[in-house]
Amino acid sequence: MVAASFEYVSAASYDEAVQRLVEHGEDAKVVAGGQSLVPMLNLRIVRPSVLIDINPAGSRPPEVEGSLLRLGALTRHRTLLEDPVVRQHCPLLAEAVRHVGNVRVRNRGTIGGSLAHADPTSEIGASALVLDADAVVRGPASSRTVAVRDLFVSYLTTTLEATEVVTDILVPVLAKGQGWGFREMVRRSSDLAIVAVAARVDLDDAAEVVRSVQVSLAGVSDRVVLADPALLAGLIGTSADEASLARIAAEVADAVSPESDVHASAAYRRRLVDVLTRRAVRDAFDRARGVEKAA
Amino acid sequence: MTAKRLVTLRVNGREHALWLSPSDLLVDVLHDELGLSDVRYGCGEGVCGTCTVLLDGEPINACLTFAVQVERREITTLLGLMGEDGSMHGLQECFLRLGALQCGFCTPGMILTAHDLVERVGRPSRDEIRYALIGNLCRCTGYTKILDAVEEYCAQAAPDGGAAR
Repeated sequence: MVAASFEYVSAASYDEAVQRLVEHGEDAKVVAGGQSLVPMLNLRIVRPSVLIDINPAGSRPPEVEGSLLRLGALTRHRTLLEDPVVRQHCPLLAEAVRHVGNVRVRNRGTIGGSLAHADPTSEIGASALVLDADAVVRGPASSRTVAVRDLFVSYLTTTLEATEVVTDILVPVLAKGQGWGFREMVRRSSDLAIVAVAARVDLDDAAEVVRSVQVSLAGVSDRVVLADPALLAGLIGTSADEASLARIAAEVADAVSPESDVHASAAYRRRLVDVLTRRAVRDAFDRARGVEKAA
Repeated sequence: MTAKRLVTLRVNGREHALWLSPSDLLVDVLHDELGLSDVRYGCGEGVCGTCTVLLDGEPINACLTFAVQVERREITTLLGLMGEDGSMHGLQECFLRLGALQCGFCTPGMILTAHDLVERVGRPSRDEIRYALIGNLCRCTGYTKILDAVEEYCAQAAPDGGAAR
């Protein structure tokens, strides 16, 4: 497998990448880690005439700014997995990335590239969604901030303009009384998720009952999605007891319409949503209580 | 057809000037142009690990990297871990002694990946070794002896349990 020929442009900065995108328009494609894009180039599923390599723009270490963790778009998965700042302030992201690819993929893959690629089975996409992360995006005229929940449109499709590049990801840091859960089913470790579920739970001040809960699902649609808040509302005010959790997870599973493919049937995926949602929310609730105790 | 350009690659401590197309994959350049038979095309999609090389010391997929992207960066293949006189690296000796290979196709990737782990962690647990090698497929050994070999090497290299731990 060899990619069709293309012109290679190395962009030393995000501004230069944007400028090149303006020059070449839809014919150009930005490559970051390339762990998803390059296989598609090699298989000629994608045939850009110009490949803009954003890697030379470089990245900086993860940094906490007030209540936000700022991650450069080129932050490698390996950094998300190992960096102490990320592990402390955004442990869900670190845990989710543990399930992504393998050592080599994590050494090259980037958070910005992963979100821009918009794979519907993305662990990083599911985590960014459930954490209410924002993407900072640069275009020809200016930068703008787009909520990750407004980013994904469909399979490998985002709301980004053809001339825009992701420069930063802003993730709210783990707050007091907040817990997270991440559960995934794969046939072999490092495979793409059949279904992955990320959960975030915030407790009330007494750390007894759920104040708010959010759940995201990967592998059940043409994009990673948030579970309907109306379905989860039944958990608010409860201590996420088994009966409430079982009822609501079943409703979340009923609400998805996954497709059958070579990896799993729609019915199996729906069943996974039920089981993994229960476990992820349970983990999040337990962690939220643990955080309170430790504080 | 896009014009070829002159690219300088640093491989195993030596510089090579090559005329390359932007779409030339690093794995093909190392194997076909430079004759490095220890870098192998396997799956072509980053899953199997037979094309593993170290980029500035970190394992990457040479099948998912265009050679033009790594100009003047330090690329290390298994041969680069060996002595000038062709003497084997300690990991290779452990692989040999413990029977951690049969056909040998996956071995360079296994050793480079294990090398990166040992460099970072010192004395990894068996689970850590297993996790690091998840992305390196072997169709002969059943993996147990590979884990044994890496463990054996770590025990030799850091008998006190490793400094970082």
